Amino acid sequence: MLFLVVYPILQTVYLSFLSSSGQFVGLSNYSEILGDTDIVNVANFPKWPPLGALVHNAIWILIHLPLSMFSGLALAIILRDVKGASIVKSIIFIGMVTPLIVGGIILQYTFTERFGLVTAFFDLLGVEELSRTWTALPNTALFALIFGSVWLWTGFSMIIYSAGLATIPKEYYEAAKIDGAGPFKTFQRITFPLLRPLNITVITMTILYDLKIFDIVYMATFGGPGKASTVLAFEMWLQGFRYFNPNGAAVIATLLTLLTLVVTIPMIRYMVRR
Amino acid sequence: MASIRPFGEILHGWWSLSPFTASLTSYPEAWTDPYYPLSRGLLNSFIVAVPSTIIPLFTGALAGYGFARFSFRIKSYLFLTIVLLMALPQQSVVIPLFQIMANLRLIDNYLSLVLVHSAWGLPWIILFMRNFFSTLPIEVEEAARVDGASDWKIFFKIVLPMALPALASVVVLQFMWVWNDFFLAKIFIYEESMYLATQRIEYVGREQFRVNWGVLSAASIIVMIVPILIYALLQKYYVRGMIGWTVKG
Repeated sequence: MLFLVVYPILQTVYLSFLSSSGQFVGLSNYSEILGDTDIVNVANFPKWPPLGALVHNAIWILIHLPLSMFSGLALAIILRDVKGASIVKSIIFIGMVTPLIVGGIILQYTFTERFGLVTAFFDLLGVEELSRTWTALPNTALFALIFGSVWLWTGFSMIIYSAGLATIPKEYYEAAKIDGAGPFKTFQRITFPLLRPLNITVITMTILYDLKIFDIVYMATFGGPGKASTVLAFEMWLQGFRYFNPNGAAVIATLLTLLTLVVTIPMIRYMVRR
Repeated sequence: MASIRPFGEILHGWWSLSPFTASLTSYPEAWTDPYYPLSRGLLNSFIVAVPSTIIPLFTGALAGYGFARFSFRIKSYLFLTIVLLMALPQQSVVIPLFQIMANLRLIDNYLSLVLVHSAWGLPWIILFMRNFFSTLPIEVEEAARVDGASDWKIFFKIVLPMALPALASVVVLQFMWVWNDFFLAKIFIYEESMYLATQRIEYVGREQFRVNWGVLSAASIIVMIVPILIYALLQKYYVRGMIGWTVKG
């Protein structure tokens, strides 16, 4: 394990400082990769240095995190006392066990002109711009991926919150009812505070998932059109295994490692504190 | 849905039900695709996934037991390292790994995939098993020790049988992750006849100027069916594993 996991991490960091011929070049790989305006290519986005993929990952997290968190929480609460809820939960959870590569296909299909549910829906509404194939257009490709990934990942937060809900004693709710609290007040005063410890888990795991995203990008858009929907993990693969630029890829990999550490350390501190 | 109807019909969206003809021809077409038959892909995936589950299962259980029951000096640091490793994306390590495997001539060899999957699965399995072992009553083991059983004997004869539900969770999660993996397979396997099921999805049903959605959907469903079946049959263990893996931490 040391050989196959720890050593490669250090080696990656080391490689990111070397030129292709193996000389130590300091940060020049970083400035080259990060300053590559070719990579920055979001249609209605200003072209500024931090690597386009980085920006895309940030957008991804900003949209995906709240959406999947709240839909998971809402589903967990709605389905708590409903009969047959476990079947519904299982169906939603299929998104979690589906191979992401297949998820990419389903996503592509859903957003394809005439074929897909989403595009047909917008066609029905008469919104012509959104009835085209999302994954083929630079303005929408990234968003098709993000919304698709919400479906694939909602099962996670749902399951975690459901488990949390199951630990809240029923007496609390009965007491609240006797005191005359409505459903909103109950949620605000009982459910939400008691679920709070789970938030850090859901947030951390979701961000990690967003940083690692590769398969659905590869399958549904191949980072394109152009580079309109590329993300760090995909860009790393392109550099390393398409452009044969292992040092550039190491730069992106090191960035990913750093981001991961930044995200994980709060969770570890929290776990240790408990 | 798209997989059970002729290609001509689904061109207008799978929900338009007229004309509706159910047909299963897409399935055998995907199964025996002339260039990338899925049958072979499923077999390959099993060849990789089974050892990639068993190897880390045993080493991870053993190490987790060590963490739970024996104390040694650097334990807490080692433990922190493991938690950090769990979080890392595979992208952080594949470049050197590729170079290592190329030097060992293990590209296009399932051994590389099995090794990497095993190493990659170990951190979370150790953590998960440690959490489980620390909930087991230590008295049973002490009683066995008084009766003169060795550490190994206690582990295999007493602890492991008690840990069966946890082991089942590990098997389900790890198998599913290995099965669903695409990235590592993409890095290490280039020989087309060795492509795993997930890799074949990329090519099945692609015709020269169009995508045959029917065959592609059929292929997707065939690949999906394995994890979904496992999930349906072993849901309890899957969910328990998922929760234990993250929340209890």
